[in-house]
Amino acid sequence: MKKRLSLLFSLMLILSLFLAACGGFNKKDEAGDNKAGDKKSNVPQELRVNIKTEPFSLHPGLANDSTSGTVLRQTFEGLTVIKDGKPQLAAAESYEVSDDLKTYTFKLRDAKWTNGDPVTAQDFEYAWKWALDPKNQSQYAYQLYYIKNGQAYNEGKAKADDVGVKAIDDKTLQVTLENPTPYFLELTAFYTYYPVNSKIAQKNPNWYKNAGPDYTSNGPFKMVSWEHNNKIVLEKNENYWDAKNVKLTKIDMAMVNDDNTELSMFNNGELDWAGMPTGQLPTDSLPQLKKEGKLHVQPIAGTYWLKFNTEKPPFNNVNIRKALTYAIDRKALVENVTKGEQIPAMAAVPPTMFPENKKGYFKDNDVEKAKEYLQKGLQELGLKDVKDLPPITYSFNTNDAHAKIAQAIQDMWKKNLGINVKLENAEWNVYIDKLHSGDYQVGRMGWLGDFNDPINFLELFRDKKGGNNDTNWENPKYKQLLIDSQKQSDPEKRKQMLKDAEAILMDELPVAPVYFYTNTWVQKDNLKGVEVSGLGDVQFRWAYFE
Amino acid sequence: MLRYISRRLLYMLVSLFLIVTATFFLMRAVPGGPFSGEKKLPPEIEKNLNEYYGLDRPWYNQYFDYLVSVAKWDFGPSFKYKGQTVNDLINEGFPVSFFLGMEALLLAVSIGILLGIIAALNHNKWPDYGAMVFAVLGISVPSFIMASALQYFLAIKLELFPVARWESLQHTVLPALALAATPMAFIARLTRSSMLEVLSNDYIRTAKAKGLSKGQITVKHAIRNALLPVVTYLGPLSAGVLTGSFVIEKIFGIPGLGSQFVLSISNRDYTTIMGVTVFYSILLLAAVLLVDIAYGFIDPRIKLAGGKKGE
Repeated sequence: MKKRLSLLFSLMLILSLFLAACGGFNKKDEAGDNKAGDKKSNVPQELRVNIKTEPFSLHPGLANDSTSGTVLRQTFEGLTVIKDGKPQLAAAESYEVSDDLKTYTFKLRDAKWTNGDPVTAQDFEYAWKWALDPKNQSQYAYQLYYIKNGQAYNEGKAKADDVGVKAIDDKTLQVTLENPTPYFLELTAFYTYYPVNSKIAQKNPNWYKNAGPDYTSNGPFKMVSWEHNNKIVLEKNENYWDAKNVKLTKIDMAMVNDDNTELSMFNNGELDWAGMPTGQLPTDSLPQLKKEGKLHVQPIAGTYWLKFNTEKPPFNNVNIRKALTYAIDRKALVENVTKGEQIPAMAAVPPTMFPENKKGYFKDNDVEKAKEYLQKGLQELGLKDVKDLPPITYSFNTNDAHAKIAQAIQDMWKKNLGINVKLENAEWNVYIDKLHSGDYQVGRMGWLGDFNDPINFLELFRDKKGGNNDTNWENPKYKQLLIDSQKQSDPEKRKQMLKDAEAILMDELPVAPVYFYTNTWVQKDNLKGVEVSGLGDVQFRWAYFE
Repeated sequence: MLRYISRRLLYMLVSLFLIVTATFFLMRAVPGGPFSGEKKLPPEIEKNLNEYYGLDRPWYNQYFDYLVSVAKWDFGPSFKYKGQTVNDLINEGFPVSFFLGMEALLLAVSIGILLGIIAALNHNKWPDYGAMVFAVLGISVPSFIMASALQYFLAIKLELFPVARWESLQHTVLPALALAATPMAFIARLTRSSMLEVLSNDYIRTAKAKGLSKGQITVKHAIRNALLPVVTYLGPLSAGVLTGSFVIEKIFGIPGLGSQFVLSISNRDYTTIMGVTVFYSILLLAAVLLVDIAYGFIDPRIKLAGGKKGE
C-alpha cells in the first residue's frame, strides 16, 4: 500500500511539474518573440488593457457608463473627436453654423462601415432619433435634449419628424438646436451622438447584443469578439477612412474587477496599461509607484465635494457653511490621505475647464477666517458657544477611501472649530437614495464632466429640484446668469457670465469643494500616443508601440 | 426509495417557494433601485423605464408574474446588462463556475483524503504533523489572502502560471488551488480523525488477527467507513464550490456566476438577484438530496425512510 501511495504521489508531482513547465515555456517564448521584435524594430502592435467590467451596452444610443464609453470610443466615430482637449472634425468633413447659432450643417466625409456600407447622414439621423424614441429606453437620451424637440419627443409630446435632425442628402446632415449651444461640437464627440448603421439596425434590431457580422461600426477599430463578462477583442478596421494612421492591430480588453490583480498583471507583463481611465490602481500602491517614477498623473474634469443640506439647520446658515468649508486643510488631505496627486479644490469648476481655478476663490485651510464665520453664524443662529451646536452628521457611501477622507475632515473640524462630527456610511444605492431625498446633513459626492464645458458643473445647482442638486439651494441671480449664458454667442462674454455664476456659488457655498480628480496609471514605457482627454476619456487610435 | 425521493422533491418545491418569496420581499425592502445612479435620470426617462420593466405596477402583480416566470424558467432581462437576459447570464456564468468548482473539488477531495489517510496511518509521527500543519494553514488563511499569495509566489516570482483571467487550462490552476485550499484542509482533518477512530475499532483488530495485510485492512475496511463524514461534508461543499466564489472570481477575473450574484445585489439588478438565487437554491437542495441518497449506498446501516428492503 505504501508503495502504491508513493507512486500516486510522485505521479501527481510529475503532473504538476509538467503543467508548471508548460507555463514556463510559453512565457519564455513570448518574451523571446518580443526581444527578437525589438531588434528588428518590428514590435507587435497589440495592446492589452483592463476595462474592469462588462459594459452596460455597446449600442451608442443605450450606453450610459464609462466602460461602454471606453469601448465605443475605439469602435465608433462621431461627427467630431476630442484631441488635445479640443473638438476636431472626424466623421464630418466640414460644418457651417447659422448666425443665430442654432443650426449646424455638417458635410460628411466619404467613410465606410466595417462591412463596407457607406456612412451616411441618414445613419446619424436614424441613431439620434432611435435614442430619443421613448420605446427604446435609452437612459442617456437626455444627452440629446439639446436638439430641437429632442426632449419633447423623448417624453412623448412630439413626433419623430419634429426632432431637429435631418439628412438633407447622403452626405449632408442638418441639426437644429433648442438653444444656441456653444459646446455643441464637444457634444457631437460624445457616444450618444455616434451614428448607427441604419441598414443593419432596421433589419436586425438585436445587432448590438453580440459581436458578429451585424455588429458594424465606423471607427478606427472593429469588435471581433465579445465574451460577456470576460473579454472584448478589437482589431484595426481596414475600412476606416484614416486607417493608415491607425498603428495598433489589436486591442485586448480584459474584464478583471480587482485593483490589486490589475497591477500584478501589469507587473507580470500581462497588461500594457494599468490604472485609469479604463481600470484602477490600488490606492496603497500609488506612493511607491510614484517613488519609482512609474506613475503617470493627469488632472481630469472632476470635483470631489461635500454637499450641505441647506434646508437643515445649521446649514441653512451661510456662515456656518463657510466656516466648515474654510476649515478643511486640503493640501494635507491630498498629500497624506488620498495620496493620488489630486489638486486641492477651492472652486467648483475643475482647472481643465477654468485654468485659473487652480488658485480658487478662497484660501485653503484658512482657520482664522473660519473661526470668524463660525462666531458670526452661531450668533445668527442664536447660539452662545460652539458647544451649544448639536453634533453634525457627515454621510458617505461605504468605501475605504471615502472613510479615510471623512475621518480626516472630522478631525479638522473638531480641531479647528471645536465642532463634533458623527460619521455615517451606507451602501451606495442606499446612500444615493438618501442624498437625492434630502435625508442628510453633510454628504460627500463626486461629479465628473460629460463634456468639456463649465456648464456641466454649474447647472447642477441651477434648480432646487434639479435632480442632482441635492443641496436644496437655489439663487435667482445664479439661475439667471446660467440661462443667459446659453444664449450668449460671444465665447469670452459667456465665460465671464459663467465665472460670475461660479463666484456666487463659491460665496454661498452649498457645496464645499475638496479636491479635483486626477487620473493615475502605469503604462509600458514603449507605448506612445495614447490620448487621455481632460474628461478622462481614452482614445487608442493614435497609439503605437515603439 | 422512489417514494422517499418524491417526498423529498415535494419538500424541495416548498422550500423553493419560501426562498423565492422571502427574496422577493427582502429585495424590494432595500432602498435604491436599478436606475438610481450618481447622475440622476430625468423623471420622465425614469418613469418610462419603470413602466417598461413593470416596476410601476402593484407589488402583488409583480410577485405573481415573477412566480409564473420562475415556473417557466424565464427570468427576464437583466437591468445591468442591456440585451442580456438573466438566463443568458446563468448559461454563460455557471459552466465557468462549475468547471472551476469541479477542478477545486477534485483537488480538495483527492489531496485532502490522501493527506488525512497518510496522517492517520502515521499517527503522531512526522507525516502526521506535517499534514496537519498544512491543514491548519489551509483552514485559517482566508481565501483572498491565499489567492494573493498564490498570485505573488507562483505567478510573479516563479512565473509558473498567469496572474489572472480565464483563457486556458493554465489560467485555471491558481484559482482552483485557492478555492480548494480550505475544503482540502477540512477534508484532511475530517478523514484523519474518523480514520483514527475506525482504526481503533474491534473489527479492524479482527481483520488484523485474520492475518490481512495492512494495505488490505486500510483499503477494504478502514477507508470505506472513515469516508462517511467526508461524504456528508461533500454535499454543501459541492453546492458552495460549484456555484462559484465571489472573492476568487473577483481576484482572478473569472467570468463566473459567483461574482454576478454579489454584484447583482449592489446593482439592484432585481431580475438577476431572483434568477441566480433560485438557481442556487435548486443546486443546494439537490446537492443535499444527493448526499442523503449516497449515504444509503456507503453505509448500509442507514436506511432511507420510506424505503423497503431490497428496493
